[in-house]
Amino acid sequence: MTEKPVIDAAKAAAMVKPGDVVHIGGFLGCGSPDSIIAELVKLGTNKLTLVCNDTAVLDEKNNRITGVAPLIKARAFNRVIVSHIGTNPETQRQMNEGETEVTLVPQGTLAERIRAAGAGLGGILTPTGVGTEVELGKQKIVVGDRIYLLEEALPGDVALIKAKKADKAGNLVFSKTARNFNPLMAMACKLVIVEVEELVEIGSIDPDMVHCPCIFVDYIVMSKAQGGKK
Amino acid sequence: MIEYKENKEIIAKRIAKIFKSGEVVNLGIGLPTLVANHVPHDVSIILQSENGLIGLGPAPAPGKEDKDLTNAGAAPVTILPGGAFFDSAMSFAIIRGGHVDYTVLGVLEVDQEGNLANYKIPGKMVPGMGGAMDLTTGSRVVIAATTHLEKNGSSKLKRRCSLPLTAAHEVNYVVTDVGFFEIAGGRFHLREYFAPYSIEWILEHTDADIVVDENCKEIKL
Repeated sequence: MTEKPVIDAAKAAAMVKPGDVVHIGGFLGCGSPDSIIAELVKLGTNKLTLVCNDTAVLDEKNNRITGVAPLIKARAFNRVIVSHIGTNPETQRQMNEGETEVTLVPQGTLAERIRAAGAGLGGILTPTGVGTEVELGKQKIVVGDRIYLLEEALPGDVALIKAKKADKAGNLVFSKTARNFNPLMAMACKLVIVEVEELVEIGSIDPDMVHCPCIFVDYIVMSKAQGGKK
Repeated sequence: MIEYKENKEIIAKRIAKIFKSGEVVNLGIGLPTLVANHVPHDVSIILQSENGLIGLGPAPAPGKEDKDLTNAGAAPVTILPGGAFFDSAMSFAIIRGGHVDYTVLGVLEVDQEGNLANYKIPGKMVPGMGGAMDLTTGSRVVIAATTHLEKNGSSKLKRRCSLPLTAAHEVNYVVTDVGFFEIAGGRFHLREYFAPYSIEWILEHTDADIVVDENCKEIKL
């Protein structure tokens, strides 16, 4: 197995170009690549499209800022495609003032659209959203006796994801609920950069225990936030 | 003259009696989370959390929080022996695929057609639907948990929701702090009322069509 380049977070952030569709892992900040996000904020890259479960937590009063929230605050995105913005008032403000285009997608549909992009599918048929505003502008398809919405695949240019552990080939192991969208995004983007807390030799992860196979991963970044160890 | 007093614990207590051992249940953030505290000790349900686990346990002791182990509201949680973690596609395959028996969620409005609104007040507040649309579409039984009246005294149970819908015709039961309602045939069917409220009080304070079930009874919780 070939080893994947290990780069620092700043170099990883510099690979993200204005206009890119960026998939960022994490669920309200749990399982987000915090070191790469911090460097991306420093660089000030903007005009990005965010695909993420949510816009994380921005609660400056209680000094609680998680996941992609610093990027929202830094106005890195002109479009966000997420399932939830309720814990980040800045996203709501930008949406209300017309600064950022916010598309809300049901969480299961979002997961499946990302998975479809990585799995070579044009989209998926889901009953979720039928009879709600979510169905507006979408094709309805009847299969058997049920109505489904055609939801298109959602590919990205860059995936910034977080894993607990990688081997040097890029096989990944996630931790607990920090897994969430990370393995799906690894399949759906042209360039995949993973931030890890631990990097081990090839062969030291039991192949049965690999959550995301190495072929999806392009670059590895050691996490600063959690005091990563090699 | 009965004066209405909001009581979320009563709602949680009544909902907690619905489940049988082995059933898979997803509890929404807020009021529904309280339900877990009232499940009888001889009933063992499996809690699913849409951020990627089954076997959700209680909150950890202070100092034992794990940054990688949270619920769908980002609060630190634990996992019970026999639990499992999975990614978001698997989580929603469980939800959408009909493998969750009950979903309990809070509402802004719920109507007699089984419609539910809880993700958006246009122009005011737009938190987003998160997993709620998939949960209401895919779960076997959808339970709306809500105080009966708004702070201003208006009914949360409606003839027709006025807000954008989270779910169309998906709600099965509505449990409030005054009674237990089943939705069928475009009506709320009152099956139980909770002391000190009466059937008359409920009919007077609910802005919807209610059929009083012939076996409707008073319950003390």
